[in-house]
Amino acid sequence: MITENHYITASCSINKHIVSKNEKTVFEIRVGTLHDFLLSIYHLFDFKYPKFYKMDNVCKLGWLASEILLKDSFAHTDYKPEEVGIVLANANSSLDTDLKYFESTKDYASPSLFVYTLPNIVMGEICIRNRFKGENAFFVQEKFDANFVQQYVNNLLNNNILQACIFGWVDVLQEDYNAVLFLAEKKNHAGSIPFTTENIENILSKN
Amino acid sequence: MSAPVYVAGIGIISAIGNNVAETLASLETSRAGIGDINYLETIHRNKLPIAEVKLTNEELAIKAGLQHHISRTALLSTIAAKQAVNDAGIENFSALRTGFISANTVGGMDKTENFFSAFLNDNKKGKLRDVVNHECGSATEIAADKLGIKNYVSTISTACSSSANAIFFGARLIKHNMLDVVVAGGVDALTRFTLNGFNTLMILDQQFCKPFDENRKGLNLGEGAGYVVLVSEKVAATLQQKPYCKLSGYANANDAYHQTASSPDGKGSFMAMSGALKLAGLLPTDIDYINLHGTGTQNNDIAEGTAIKRLFDPLFPKMSSTKSFTGHTLGASGGIEAVLSSLSIKYGIIYPNLRFHDQMKELPFAPETKFLKNQKVNNVLSNSFGFGGNCSSLLFSRA
Amino acid sequence: MDTLLADLKKQIVEQLNLQDIKPEDIGDDQPLFVEGLGLDSIDALELIVLLQQHYKIKLANAEDGPKVFHSVKTLADYIRANQPTNA
Repeated sequence: MITENHYITASCSINKHIVSKNEKTVFEIRVGTLHDFLLSIYHLFDFKYPKFYKMDNVCKLGWLASEILLKDSFAHTDYKPEEVGIVLANANSSLDTDLKYFESTKDYASPSLFVYTLPNIVMGEICIRNRFKGENAFFVQEKFDANFVQQYVNNLLNNNILQACIFGWVDVLQEDYNAVLFLAEKKNHAGSIPFTTENIENILSKN
Repeated sequence: MSAPVYVAGIGIISAIGNNVAETLASLETSRAGIGDINYLETIHRNKLPIAEVKLTNEELAIKAGLQHHISRTALLSTIAAKQAVNDAGIENFSALRTGFISANTVGGMDKTENFFSAFLNDNKKGKLRDVVNHECGSATEIAADKLGIKNYVSTISTACSSSANAIFFGARLIKHNMLDVVVAGGVDALTRFTLNGFNTLMILDQQFCKPFDENRKGLNLGEGAGYVVLVSEKVAATLQQKPYCKLSGYANANDAYHQTASSPDGKGSFMAMSGALKLAGLLPTDIDYINLHGTGTQNNDIAEGTAIKRLFDPLFPKMSSTKSFTGHTLGASGGIEAVLSSLSIKYGIIYPNLRFHDQMKELPFAPETKFLKNQKVNNVLSNSFGFGGNCSSLLFSRA
Repeated sequence: MDTLLADLKKQIVEQLNLQDIKPEDIGDDQPLFVEGLGLDSIDALELIVLLQQHYKIKLANAEDGPKVFHSVKTLADYIRANQPTNA
């Protein structure tokens, strides 16, 4: 097994009502609910993807973070669909939507809410949008285990199961939320940093 | 990394039996576990058939050695995982590096939904101990404690492919010499939340399901747990009994089509199956039996069938959906079907696909309808395709 | 009588979270699925819920969906033909 050098070529975080790309703030809003904040990000970036409105908050948050992560940082044409995958984790699974769905069952169970009562649907949404068909994994952890995820993703890249991987944390429970996504590739672009647990934790600690 | 990983022990509980022996007897006599709702309290009683484990929580608790107010999910998981560990009979278990990778989608929902109903009506009502074990990870930890596994415990939640993913993740941990033994698989208990949700997606059959039949109308939900004990080559050499088989291939891919439907051309299924074959270094003609995902929905069966046609044409192996016996056990299905695949190799048996009558007009093959014995079963492919486009296939081979 | 078409358009936009679309922009005969509004299978299920919630009509067979939900007009016709009468 050859251990190649891999790189974090982009990062994006959305929390405390601040959106950052590669550790620079790109958008900030002081007030508003999570729902309104996510909508304002969507409009600011003019994403034009009507399916956004149907998503639950976990998917909206994860999808927006992935769009911003990949924007101007990722060349889709460099990769085949099965070469790009996603590894995510969170603590609250789909509980935020589970609660809303459960409320709906008092009158009529809502099929569109039920669809989102699984944490891995956010990966499905990102894949549908980008036509990514590579391996996906979703872990439920108390807090983000950077060492574990680094090893997992590194293994996928080393063994050529993937050539690029989006990984990170996407968690929502009512008005508490946090998303930090990273892009790992084998190429060294300008501004990229080595794909190490330390570098991941550095970026996480700033959020 | 080509170190082999062996299946040293298995454990299972579902609507067709509370252990391996009962399960085999049901399969041999074509006795499905699907029927009227007896244990779950729901408005759908006498309307929708489901496949319940035929024990109350009190009875499960006694088997599990836990308190009866613990979530049904944790009870089922503990019972099946303990069976698997006992079956493997690893003498120096506590001295080895052990892990528990368990999957579920429901967590402690069975208890939480009862709490919630009481609490919504009157916020002074509802027992808080019912919500204490709500998260998916909680069910895993309760079982891990009972098994005495401390080195590595993790929970995967990717809908219907959850426990298949847990199993191959466990295999990777062994291949990378991080652990010696991994108990891997999954569990899910039936809840009103899930039953109502699937009902609202209109993919439940009001009769007993007919996977891969031209006139199929949907799935029947089920519950249960299935675990395998995976071991390294070194540990396998120390065992008293020969391993059931080895896990020779696996793959996961995303269909990238829809949140709850598979692409009709079966692209995701195709990628998962061919990826598993590639890793194992095998050809489609090497496969003796496919344990289908085969839920009985219009969508899954045509997508999976189309992928099989593309991959195996013109020589199709025997195949069947054991969900025609157990119902669709969601997070547990990959684990339960891994146990059945291991038994298929060990005993040379192939399971029937119950209630099949008419071949799907788009497909040039039909599933097996009889229970077959004395078969040459060297390689089994087991499919698990989940919502969110998450498609996994596991390949088990004679050791 | 024709408030039914206008009401339906408002309800559809609300039930299906079509936030970029104004009810009055939906044509009476415009196909709702595939082309036109581009709705999908989950939207179809939500329309079934809408029928039950607002009009007390139960669509038992999902296969009838494509005919009934073809456009706002076919949906309105179906409602008029099947609405339970108030005794």
